[in-house]
Amino acid sequence: MFDLGLSNEQEQLQSAYRGLFEREGTTEIVRAAEETGFSPGLWARVGELGGVDMSLPEELGGAGGLFLDAVLVNEVIGASVAPVPLAESTAAARVLAALDTDPARRVLADVLASGQPVTLSPRPAVDGRLGWVPAGLVADVVVALDGDRIVAQRGDQPTPYPGNLGALPVADRHITADAVEVAAGPEAVAVFADAVLEWHCLVAAQSVGAGKRAVEIGVAYTTDRYAFGVPIASFQTIAHRLADAATALDGAQLLARKAAWAIDSRADRWRPLAQMAFVGADEAAQKAVDEVLHFHGGYGFMLEYDIQLYFRRIKAWSLQVGDHRKELEAVADLLWGAPRLPAAV
Amino acid sequence: MDFDLGAEAEAVRKDVREFLAENVNSDIHERMAESGTYYDGDFARALGARGWIASGWPVEEGGGGRNWLEQVALNQEIRHADAPMDAIGTTMLIASTLRMFGTPEQKETIMKPAVRGEVVIALGYTEPDSGSDAAAARTRAVRDGDEWVIDGEKMFTTLAQVADYVFMLTRTNPDVKKHRGLTTFLVPTTSAGFSISEVKTLGGERTNITTYEGVRIPDSLRVGEVDQGWSVASAALELEHSGSYAGETLEVLAVAVEQASQPGPDGSRLIDDPSVRARLAQAAIEAEMGDLLGMRAGWMHQVGQRPLVEGSMAKVYSSEAFSRATSEILDIFGPASLQRGRGLGDETLTMVEHAYRHSQVTRIYAGTSEIHRSIIAEAGLGLPRTRSAG
Repeated sequence: MFDLGLSNEQEQLQSAYRGLFEREGTTEIVRAAEETGFSPGLWARVGELGGVDMSLPEELGGAGGLFLDAVLVNEVIGASVAPVPLAESTAAARVLAALDTDPARRVLADVLASGQPVTLSPRPAVDGRLGWVPAGLVADVVVALDGDRIVAQRGDQPTPYPGNLGALPVADRHITADAVEVAAGPEAVAVFADAVLEWHCLVAAQSVGAGKRAVEIGVAYTTDRYAFGVPIASFQTIAHRLADAATALDGAQLLARKAAWAIDSRADRWRPLAQMAFVGADEAAQKAVDEVLHFHGGYGFMLEYDIQLYFRRIKAWSLQVGDHRKELEAVADLLWGAPRLPAAV
Repeated sequence: MDFDLGAEAEAVRKDVREFLAENVNSDIHERMAESGTYYDGDFARALGARGWIASGWPVEEGGGGRNWLEQVALNQEIRHADAPMDAIGTTMLIASTLRMFGTPEQKETIMKPAVRGEVVIALGYTEPDSGSDAAAARTRAVRDGDEWVIDGEKMFTTLAQVADYVFMLTRTNPDVKKHRGLTTFLVPTTSAGFSISEVKTLGGERTNITTYEGVRIPDSLRVGEVDQGWSVASAALELEHSGSYAGETLEVLAVAVEQASQPGPDGSRLIDDPSVRARLAQAAIEAEMGDLLGMRAGWMHQVGQRPLVEGSMAKVYSSEAFSRATSEILDIFGPASLQRGRGLGDETLTMVEHAYRHSQVTRIYAGTSEIHRSIIAEAGLGLPRTRSAG
């Protein structure tokens, strides 16, 4: 029966991560991690809270929780723009769990035992190269599509993109002779595609969290900042645009949570919902952070103010997925089927 | 969390569909389109007899005793059938207000017949010089013994031509702050000195200017305390504020997808065009988000929370998205979109043409988008007031 309330356990889960990021002083960690986009110390703390295990089946060494739980945690990670690749690690671990082959199980067991980040490449290998792999700089193992094979790659030399827009740990990875084939064939390829969709939903949650935090920053700034003798938040152009940003983000949050619920229950339409969640959240978060940066005036352009951290990451997360417009067209594919190509002349 | 409406809601859906197939037909749509009056007495009474007007109220108060998810399913089906619901909608707002503020006599003689579909109530807040600033109403009500004498003019008194009462916001004390000198009344449309003049609208529905010249009504038709009318009207306005137009967007989207999937003379289909796909997908996402915002407001109400901000979010987002979607869909079909529709039983592109015109008023009535943004900014985000308190 329809219920938008979180369980006590889910409330506690979110507040545990919130507490962790507050204690650890995430803004300083984020700034300190501008080169690599990764904080090993924070990742270890996330591991202590059960990070990657959270939504994996118990029989595979997980905590047997819901995918929704992972989405809720990624909202909190987004709110702090915490430099920990939990979205990528979760999606990669879940595809290894879903593949149901001995090699996949062995790789998953290794990954869980090591506690190191793992990732999946949303783009298939081209001539052995995996381009711009999210968390590719820091992931011990990359799960990727190479032709009709799913491979787990470890031990290759990442090609980094230092100083990128979002300070993301993105890197090219390379399929080598060490790559382990964990599954092959059309069914395995379909399982992998579903895992990429789950990753979209996790990225949506991150963007929603970051966008909502940007609105909070905007509310605080425009209430404190005076111009013409009044707080600038008392001008309708600012108040109303903040209201629109908050509204769209609430809608996007509900959509991401609904997609997660649909993934957990394998409900009809879970695939379009996951894709819609990404596009809706990405648009709402980009719009919100653009507005809030602008409301800061010149201060928004200064590196000292935190809003730029959110501005850069929200766009970078989107670019890491791909072209927003193409992602929007993919919603149509999932809702109404792939487009028919014109007949060859 | 669970996003499933549940089996009971699906069961109601089936009953409602059968009822609508029997009780809504092209004759009703024809009459509605001709007159611009979205009311049909037989339909209202039939709906009331089923307990589906106040479907969420307890049975002993004339309601249907339905849970809110059943109401959601019921409302979805009723909208899909283009049933004559506008008068039932305004009437229910005031029936709900009477349930909170009415005297025992008002509940017995007006509220109960209203939920049976036997009484129609129109809304009279807006005046020629006051809309969003409803508390600036100037229509006067002056006490004369056991009676009140009302003089003034109300704007957009939609459905007054079939109404039994107009629920009026009047000024009873001009010497205090504007919110403190208002009183609400139910004015019978049979009163001497009451007159109606028709106003035609962009969406085809008729509305009115209603004029009150020395209209005398008994004190028993006053709702709430003297000079406390703003709290009564605010409660009624809040009931009106939380509707979602996501369902309307889904209706036009379904027509657009169906039409765009038809092959043209050269065999090509609009839906294979990337630009068309992107625009339809955008409308689908916004409809989904608007629907969820509306469901959240309903759910909060159900679990005993007051969805003031969340209702405003649902209303402003879904109505703005509805307008955007209709405009984009007309663009997709270009000149083929020009053919005029009436929004009643239309199943082709003409539905979208009508929706394009109609959607404009969804951003205006029941609180303009600007009023809702101010509610979200102030009550939701805690920002300072952006308007003078007057």
